Amino acid sequence: MQKPRIRWHIAVFLAPAVLVYTAVMIFPLFNTLRLSLFSKIDQERVYVGLQNFQTLFGDPIWSEQFWNALGNNFWFFLIHMLVQNPIGIALAAILSHPRLRFAALYRSAIFIPTILSFVIVGFAWKLILSPIWGIAPSMLDAVGLKSLFAPWLGKEEYALTTLALISVWQFVGIPMMLIYAALLSIPEEVLEAGEIDGITGMSAFWKIKLPLILPSIGIISILTFVGNFNAFDLIYAAQGALAGPAFSTDILGTFMYRTFFGFQLQLGDPHMGSAIAGAMFAIILVGVCIYLFGIQTRMRRYQL
Amino acid sequence: MKRSLFSLALAGTALVATSAYAEDVTLTIESWRNDDLTLWQDKIIPAFEAEHPGIKVKFSPSAPAEYNAVLNSKLDAGSAGDLITCRPFDASLALFEAGHLADLDDMEAMGNFSDVAKSAWQTDDGSASFCVPMASVIHGFIYNKDAFAELGIEVPTTEAEFFAALDTIKEDGSYIPMAMGTNDQWEAATMGYNNIGPNYWKGEEGRLALIKGEQKLTDPQWVAPYATLAKWGGYLGDGYEAQTYPDSQNLFTLGRAAVYPAGSWEISGFNALVDFEMGAFKPPVQNAGDTCYISDHTDIGIGMNAKTANPDAAKTFLSWVASPEFASIFGNALPGFFPLSSTPVELEDPLAKEIVGWRGECESTIRSTYQILSRGTPNLENDTWGASVAAIKGTSSPEELGQKLQDGLASWYAPQQ
Repeated sequence: MQKPRIRWHIAVFLAPAVLVYTAVMIFPLFNTLRLSLFSKIDQERVYVGLQNFQTLFGDPIWSEQFWNALGNNFWFFLIHMLVQNPIGIALAAILSHPRLRFAALYRSAIFIPTILSFVIVGFAWKLILSPIWGIAPSMLDAVGLKSLFAPWLGKEEYALTTLALISVWQFVGIPMMLIYAALLSIPEEVLEAGEIDGITGMSAFWKIKLPLILPSIGIISILTFVGNFNAFDLIYAAQGALAGPAFSTDILGTFMYRTFFGFQLQLGDPHMGSAIAGAMFAIILVGVCIYLFGIQTRMRRYQL
Repeated sequence: MKRSLFSLALAGTALVATSAYAEDVTLTIESWRNDDLTLWQDKIIPAFEAEHPGIKVKFSPSAPAEYNAVLNSKLDAGSAGDLITCRPFDASLALFEAGHLADLDDMEAMGNFSDVAKSAWQTDDGSASFCVPMASVIHGFIYNKDAFAELGIEVPTTEAEFFAALDTIKEDGSYIPMAMGTNDQWEAATMGYNNIGPNYWKGEEGRLALIKGEQKLTDPQWVAPYATLAKWGGYLGDGYEAQTYPDSQNLFTLGRAAVYPAGSWEISGFNALVDFEMGAFKPPVQNAGDTCYISDHTDIGIGMNAKTANPDAAKTFLSWVASPEFASIFGNALPGFFPLSSTPVELEDPLAKEIVGWRGECESTIRSTYQILSRGTPNLENDTWGASVAAIKGTSSPEELGQKLQDGLASWYAPQQ
C-alpha cells in the first residue's frame, strides 16, 4: 500500500496568510487580553488577575462611564439598524428597477462617501452644521425653517443621534451594494413565475425578493454590529477624545482610547485600557455568537 | 528607515570624530515645538555657539501629539538627545522618577527663578528640580480696541464693569460680545475657569490650600467662578454650543467679536491676522481696588538627559538658557511665551508687553488643577473642562458642580478625604 503523501503545498500556500494574520491580528489580540490582567505598581508590571475588570465594573467612577459608553453604543447601533439598513435596502430595490435611468450614476454617488476618510467626513459635517459658517442654517433659513436649527453637535440631547446619522450618510452605500448584488442574483424565471401567479410590483418585492435576500440582510446586520461596536474614528474626529458635550457621544472606542493612551493631563493606563478592549471584544463575540447560532442556523435558505 | 539608518551612521561618524578631537561636543535637544525650528536654528543656537566655541547644538523636534510617546521610547532605548524639553508637571515628573532626567539643584543658575516658576518641574516636596523653566503663558482677555472706541466702552477692571461692557456690546448688536465656544471644552476651563478663578481663590494661597486639603472645591471661592461663568452663556455667539476653538479665533480676528478670553500664546497668531488694534485687560476683580491675581502658567522647560555623554556641556547650555540673554531672544521671537527668569525682559511686541506688565501689578499663580491634583482617576483637569462647560450652558448649578468635582477628587486624593 502506498503511504499517503504529505501535501506540503497546502502548508506552503497557507503560510503567508497565516503568518501575517497571526502577527498582526491574533497575537495583538491575545496580548491585549494578557495585558488586561496586569497593572503597574511602582514602575513594575505586576500580575493582578481580574482586578482591572473588577475596577471597571465595580468602581462607580469607572462603571458609570462604561455603562454610559455601552448605552450610547447601543443607541448608535440602533440608529444604524433602523435608518441605514432600511434605506440601503430601499435604495437597492429602486436601483435594481430595470426602467431606472442613470442607475450607475446614483449608485456611484451614494457609494462614494464610504471611501472617504472619517477625518474628512467629520470635518466636512462639522462645517456644514456649524452655526457660524455652516450652510445648514442658511439652507433652513431659505425655506423658512430657521427656527428648527440648533447647534446639534453641541447639545447633549442631539449630538449622538446627529453623529449616528452622519455615519449612516457615510455608510449607507455598503448595505445598498450588498443588497443590490443579492437582488441582481435573483433569476428572472422566479419573478416571471410569480407574475403568472399574479404577484407583481410591490408584492413581488415583499413576497419573493425580500425572503430571498434575507441572508444578505443578516450579514449586513452583523457587519453593522461589529462596525458600530468598534467605532471610534468619527466621534474622535468630530468631538475629540472627551466625546463631548458632557460625554453624551462617548462610545466604547473613545472610552478605550482615552483610558489607554491618556488625554491631556491624564496619563495613559494601558492595563485598564486593555480591560476595556477585552470587554469590547467580549461584547462583540457574544453578539456575533447570538447571530451565528441563534439566527443564521434557523434562517431558511432557498435553492435558486 | 533607510534615511534614519543613514543619519545614524552619520551620527556614528560624528561621535568618532568628536572623540578623536575631544573638542567639538554636539548636544541634541528633544522638543515638541516644531513650530519653533527656525527660531532655534537662526537665533538661539547661533547666539549660544558664538559664546561657547566647542559646543555645537542641534534642535530636533517631533510632532507635539507624538512627543511624549516618541521621547519615552527613545529614553528607554538610550537614543534620546542630551537635552530634553520638559512638559509641565506629571509627564516630566514621571521621567525624573524613572531616572531619565538629571537633578539640576546644584546648578547656580536655578537661582534666577522664583518658586512658582520652578514648581512645574519639581518633586512634590520641592526637594529636587529637574528642568530649567523656559516660558509661561498668561491668561486674560484680548479685546478689539476699535470696537471699544466705537461703542464708547472703557476697559473694565471690575466684574460689574465687565458685564456692563458686555451688555453695551450686546445691545448695540454689531459685535458678538465674547468669542468662545464650548464644543472643544478646554477653552471653558482654561480660558474661563482658570482665567477668572484666581481672583476668587486668591491665587497661590487657594491653590496650595487645595493641595494641602485645607480648602475644598465646595468652598465658596471655588464655586463662585462657576456662578460667574454661568453668566457668560448669554454673551457668547449664537450656537456657541457647537462653536470650536478655531471658530472662536476666526470670529475674533475677523472683527466679528469684541472680546476674546485668551491665553497669551494667541498673540503671534492674532498679530498676523487682525486689521484692527488689539488691547488686553486682566481678569476683572470683584471690587475696585482688590488685589488682582493672574494665571501665569508655566508651560515649557528644558532638562538634561541623565544618561548624556556630555553632562558638562549640557549644563553649560542649561545655565545659558537660564540667563537673561536667552530670555530676551526667546521672549521677543515668540511674543506671548513669556520668559520666567526673575530679571525683567524688555519685550517689543506692544500686546505682549502689556500682558507681561501685569506681573508687576498682580500676584502670579498657575492653573489650579495642574499640580498633583490631576494625577488620579477621575482626572480633575478633564472634569473641570466638563464642569466649566456645564456652568456656561447652565445644565448644572455651580454648587452641584463643586460637589461633583470634590467627590471625584476625594475618591483618590488622601488630603481631601
